[in-house]
Amino acid sequence: MNTEILIKNGRVIDPANGIDKKCDVLIVDEKIAEVGEKTQDSRLKTQDFKVIDAVGKLVVPGLIDIHVHFREPGDEEEETIASGSAAAVAAGFTSVVCMPNTNPPIENETDVEYIHRKARQARKTHVYTMGAITKGLEGVELAEMGFMAEAGAVGFTDDGRGVQDPSVMLRALKYAAMFDVVMAQHCQDDSFAGNGVMNAGYYSTILGLPGADVLAEEAMLWRDVQLVKKIRPGRIRYHAQHISTAGSVELIRAAKRDSLPITCEVTPHHLLLTEECCAEYDTNYKVNPPLRGSEDVEALKQAVAEGLVDALVTDHAPHLQSEKELEFLTAPFGIASLECALGLYVKALIGPGILDWPDLVRLMTEKPAKIIGVDKGTLGVGKQGDVTIIDPDAEYKVDVSKFRSKSRNCPYHGWTLKGRVDKTIVGGEIRFSAGD
Amino acid sequence: MALIRKSKQFKWHRKHLLGLRELSAEEITFILDTAKGFEQISTRSVKKAPPLRGKVVVNLFFEDSTRTRNSFALAASRLSADIIEFTEKASSVSKGETLLDTARNLEAMGIDIVVIRHSAGGAPKFLSRNINACVVNAGDGFCEHPTQGLLDVYTIRKIKGTLEGLKIAIVGDIAHSRVARSDMWAMTKLGAEVIFVGPPTLMPTQLSRLPVSVSYSLDEVIEKVDVINMLRIQFERLGGNPFPSIREYSHYFGLTVERMKRAKPDILVMHPGPINRGLEMESEVADGQNSVILQQVTNGLAVRMAVLFLVNQAAAIAKR
Repeated sequence: MNTEILIKNGRVIDPANGIDKKCDVLIVDEKIAEVGEKTQDSRLKTQDFKVIDAVGKLVVPGLIDIHVHFREPGDEEEETIASGSAAAVAAGFTSVVCMPNTNPPIENETDVEYIHRKARQARKTHVYTMGAITKGLEGVELAEMGFMAEAGAVGFTDDGRGVQDPSVMLRALKYAAMFDVVMAQHCQDDSFAGNGVMNAGYYSTILGLPGADVLAEEAMLWRDVQLVKKIRPGRIRYHAQHISTAGSVELIRAAKRDSLPITCEVTPHHLLLTEECCAEYDTNYKVNPPLRGSEDVEALKQAVAEGLVDALVTDHAPHLQSEKELEFLTAPFGIASLECALGLYVKALIGPGILDWPDLVRLMTEKPAKIIGVDKGTLGVGKQGDVTIIDPDAEYKVDVSKFRSKSRNCPYHGWTLKGRVDKTIVGGEIRFSAGD
Repeated sequence: MALIRKSKQFKWHRKHLLGLRELSAEEITFILDTAKGFEQISTRSVKKAPPLRGKVVVNLFFEDSTRTRNSFALAASRLSADIIEFTEKASSVSKGETLLDTARNLEAMGIDIVVIRHSAGGAPKFLSRNINACVVNAGDGFCEHPTQGLLDVYTIRKIKGTLEGLKIAIVGDIAHSRVARSDMWAMTKLGAEVIFVGPPTLMPTQLSRLPVSVSYSLDEVIEKVDVINMLRIQFERLGGNPFPSIREYSHYFGLTVERMKRAKPDILVMHPGPINRGLEMESEVADGQNSVILQQVTNGLAVRMAVLFLVNQAAAIAKR
């Protein structure tokens, strides 16, 4: 049985194909069949035919978040692949990439297949996973990256920690060159980060909390840039996760100037919040890398404006309220922001005129798809029918009690945001409609 | 109460004492004036007054402490409160009760004031947001130790008359010192000039935004200051190896008899205790004529009585 969805009269933005115009998108079965004007009526032969009037709305490739924590296996009370992907699809994401720091970590092909199976059962978004670089995320022995890549892992990282030993990281980068995968790093040199629970600066000083210096991030990023230089040429791709400091922006700028195969991502919290937010010891602002100074926020925005940033990610890190209801020193790191992500990027980047919609869409679709090496993120004919429809002018108030995520550790509760997801179509199937 | 001096219509309204950073000079002065009224209770034959009769104060100490805990206990008993002693090593997340559950359980027993010492900066503030009882900070991590700051300025004011225009050196491990922070807020708000002295490895970050100056040389500072507060080297908090040896530390930052010869003759020598004799200062200095270390302890009692009295009063007013 054929199914068809015709999305009419929307502003279609497909950066990969240079499209930004009012037209129609036709999805037949699971694939994009046509993008153009007056697509209607020509294919009304199917049994299951839906027309979506998207006038006044944006029709864009399905959004992709390449950095989420869905906590499964191990911490299902915080999030599951089912709850996380339900949250994702409601936020316009048709693909997400889970981080491997679960319990136990994702470190062999069985683990990777487990994630995929749970995702199929959930039937919400496409769920990819990265695998661990090292066994047990311990930074000592390499994990079975080959087998994991064959099972569909889209990259590798020890996220939550950085690979501390430079010789281990060098070996990992060299080895991974066999598989054409992205090697992602949570840049954090533990000897500089110490037991820091927030940015080292004025606020850590007056709040009496141990601080993690910006050097913890920058030292490891600098080191990794040298490692990437060392092993060129090869098929290596290196990706710096959630960069947060002005110094990191400098390092990325220099690396891109040297045409190194290095990409980077930023989170909404590092674009919108500063260390000052921690002043009342609200643990919803405890996150790693920590919230930095306003000069770092400005540098990150500047980096986005210059095109130095390749992907916008959430680093969605759900935690139970009971875990966050602790002293700032002992509460876990993480912000759950998946369900308001688009509005946050709009506020951070479109509001102040740093990006226009096509640029924003590119950083949430085409470019992240390239980083993880999947054939997604565009509305090209024949591509998978992943489409997000956005009402760019609709305002809404963030209400954590309505989250589909299992967790509520979101500092944006009560914020008014603009840019609401209207429909999310995954593989030619409408998986989310606003108001459902 | 006749004990309380009404200074210019000022009304104390805080039911918690969490830190001195958030207090105005007027509020600090009001506590000091109130403490002055309480000083004489300790010199009477019957060392007791009734203002906290029927109230329950819990000493909730998650870190080792002798003098602060005893001082609070004695202050509470002099004001006729009932006291519960609760001492435990800071509970970890994985085992045992959370801080919040502990406090809620105590509150269910009907306590009025929680005096808390905790290794996490901000723990008292966290508690104050989540329970109804008054919260008094008896030291949180390296954030603040407000009653120590108050008793320090109380002691200085009592001897020097005012803090205005005084130069005060605070020497030692500033980075890990809650005393340094509370002193800094109280002293600068009352008009003194504060100099942090110690090795750069024991200085906190972003000092430029704090109302202090910094020196790495005790020898340069010793001649200029009216008060010198020698912090205890807190071996339990020192991470890594911030100075090569105790010998070398003492050489540069120890308050020796030799150094004291170059100080102003009326310099006040302070120490929050307990002293590492021979390390921060030589015994002759600790016990010498410029030392006010034991007066600090005595004054601490009056200051803590004032604090307990004031937060309880504010809570009573808030209830009405």
